[in-house]
Amino acid sequence: MVSIALLKTYMEEKRVFAYAGKILRVNLTTGKVSTEPLSKESAKNYIGGIGLGISLLMDNSKPGADAFDPSNPLIFVTGPLSGTMGPTAGNGYAVVSKSPATGGVGEAKAHGFFGPDLKRAGYDAVIITGKAEKLSYLWIDDDKVQVMNAEQMRGKSPYETDMAIREELGDYYIRVSAIGEAGEKLCRFAAIINDEFRAIGRTGMGAVMGSKNLKAVAVRGTKDVNVADLGGFRDFIKMIHERMKGPATAKYRTLGTPENVLVLNSLSALATRNFTNATFEGAKKVSGEYLNEHYIKKIVGCATCGMRCDHIAVVPEGPYQGSTSRLEFECLWAMGPLCGIDRLDAIIEGMRVANEYGMDGISIGVVVAFAMDLYEHGIITKEQTDGIDLRFGNAEALVAVIHKIGKREGWLGNVLAEGVSKAAEIIGKDAEKYACHIKGLELPGYDLRTLKTAALGFSVSFRGACHLRNGAYSHDVKGKVNRFKIEKGRGKLIADEGNMYNIIDSLIVCKFSRGTYFDGWKDLANYYTLATGIPMTVEEMTKDGERIENVARLFNIREGKGTRKYDNVPYKIKNCPVPDEGPAKGACISDEEFQIGLDDYYAVRGWTSDGVPTIEKLKELGLDGLAYIVEKAKPNEGIVPCN
Amino acid sequence: MKDRKFVAADPEKCIGCVVCEYACSMTNEKTFNPTKSRIRALRMGPLNNIAVTCRHCEDPACVAACPKRALSQNEETGMIIVDENLCVGCDWCISACEFGAMMLHPEKRVVFTCNNCKDQPDGPQCVKWCPEEALELVTSDVLAQKSRITAVKKLFGEALKEPKK
Repeated sequence: MVSIALLKTYMEEKRVFAYAGKILRVNLTTGKVSTEPLSKESAKNYIGGIGLGISLLMDNSKPGADAFDPSNPLIFVTGPLSGTMGPTAGNGYAVVSKSPATGGVGEAKAHGFFGPDLKRAGYDAVIITGKAEKLSYLWIDDDKVQVMNAEQMRGKSPYETDMAIREELGDYYIRVSAIGEAGEKLCRFAAIINDEFRAIGRTGMGAVMGSKNLKAVAVRGTKDVNVADLGGFRDFIKMIHERMKGPATAKYRTLGTPENVLVLNSLSALATRNFTNATFEGAKKVSGEYLNEHYIKKIVGCATCGMRCDHIAVVPEGPYQGSTSRLEFECLWAMGPLCGIDRLDAIIEGMRVANEYGMDGISIGVVVAFAMDLYEHGIITKEQTDGIDLRFGNAEALVAVIHKIGKREGWLGNVLAEGVSKAAEIIGKDAEKYACHIKGLELPGYDLRTLKTAALGFSVSFRGACHLRNGAYSHDVKGKVNRFKIEKGRGKLIADEGNMYNIIDSLIVCKFSRGTYFDGWKDLANYYTLATGIPMTVEEMTKDGERIENVARLFNIREGKGTRKYDNVPYKIKNCPVPDEGPAKGACISDEEFQIGLDDYYAVRGWTSDGVPTIEKLKELGLDGLAYIVEKAKPNEGIVPCN
Repeated sequence: MKDRKFVAADPEKCIGCVVCEYACSMTNEKTFNPTKSRIRALRMGPLNNIAVTCRHCEDPACVAACPKRALSQNEETGMIIVDENLCVGCDWCISACEFGAMMLHPEKRVVFTCNNCKDQPDGPQCVKWCPEEALELVTSDVLAQKSRITAVKKLFGEALKEPKK
């Protein structure tokens, strides 16, 4: 017989803190709602956030099903720290699904106030499948879950939807994550937005939501979130709070990420006019310094955060007077230098409008820059733009085209809402040469011709062109490597940091705060254990990071998008040398060095030369169950000479 | 009530980040749950934020409104004391308080409000944790001083500003 004391110890050991311990399933076609427990094993192996989300995506999706197929699960996930006072991690959530932009893993995170309420309502994840008959929103009121009519909110911005739902339900503290018109109209880079301007921005998660006729998820969570060791946890976060007031986050609290404008410009790494130039003559006028002096009204922050980064810009005068938006470097770059535009008032308005329709602020800029490039090269005509003079540098044209895309208005708006990769296919006539994307996702703000570790890192990212899957740009920008060259050794830098970033996005720690974890892995593992009570070593956590990377890769392979030929860089990066005078003149990426880089990265990852995880690697990570994907993958189907 | 002190938020500094709510529930309830916090922050658009809690008014409407005599005020500190045995959760005090500083506890079903963290040796924990240093434990005198200083600064600031060229 088991003694009561022993049983009690056993129960104690089983007790998991910080997690809600529950997954919610909603089928919008049938209206069926159910819950199931979150296993301790899933928690420990995939943490939460994108890790748990990608694992759930793998297990809950039909191989080969289109991103817009009702069976494609749209997964809202919190992290173990969501709902705690953990600075930045306390306020996050992630959305994971198959991406309509890339056909592979789609994922994005957002902070603010929505995530903690979802956790307090009692859920680690919400798996939404099916398609509602009419436009609806999901109302999660702790244990009570309902599908509500949202037809009256059709065409409303995410913020208007937020307000309308709070009004309808009669509680100001309800938190809402919603799509705008772009998501309803299946723009492939549509975002999901909470708290006015906090976006699940990349990989078109808003379009998946739109395809399900789901306008919003509204949540009210009133339950306690308890951590395993309250005293230890309090001391730990106090330490992080203090560090957040120090130099590690100074950039984000002062000039903010727009500081990058002049830094990158000085390195000939500020991609300009759709990756034609690598420096921008108007850089000063769109710099963080100029922005802060003339436009920033207040700097605010998310729930529980010890720093503050939300630079709220207000246009004081001119045609866009009063336009208000949060503005970060990436979006500023995409709608500014990349479009050859040096007017911050128009960029702020562009950002505001992108938020209003609910679109990825990076992709929208890259899409407009692509259209401008095509216009300047005569590939699209003034007739096709409905009379808009779509030259580089035309600020009014930028704003006008964003409206068109948001509404899918006219030929141009409709084609561009598909994103650059699919738009190029539709347009033909060599348009693909001007489409700056990787795997279908538009490039973020780094000129890959002069930041070559970044080029390799972005190309192997499982969600397509992304600076935040492995932070590869930082080695180049900080001068830790020769940024004009890809050589052996870069693979390890990218893989190591990639594993770390997977964990950061699974804990849903804000990357702006990554510098406050002085002891890196040790801090993160400690943080996890203090909150959850689940023992976690640095080795185990590193392995989790690697496991998440491999499952994402396997998902992409299963969907036919995961092998070597998909790890590539855009045409312009390989074929159009930097024309600007200076140390970067003539820089571009040769296929030879790029292939060396891929070989190096795959070797570090324990993948085949086609970029497929080996059976041994899967066994090592406890992923034997996914071996069928590897066995089915055609060997070397695609070492296609790159463009 | 010479010693009357309360937590006040500076609207210029407060960003509505709700760290105060978490600090409060952690300290007073040993859990993370803003619905059990004695201070609540409000964000109405990115530019308008404020955290609100009990100001221990000189003539507290909540005490006057209580039909069960469950509320009283400490004569020295001004703090509102809730007799949880007498409170029936009728919410009259909640409608009487113009600041939304009186709230119904979600589990106990009796009202609760700020107690200045009277058992904490270093005072109100929301003040300690506020990353913006927007919260302060003040007396009405100090508050008036601060307002005067702000007003004078504004006056002279405007006067000294050079005209735009």
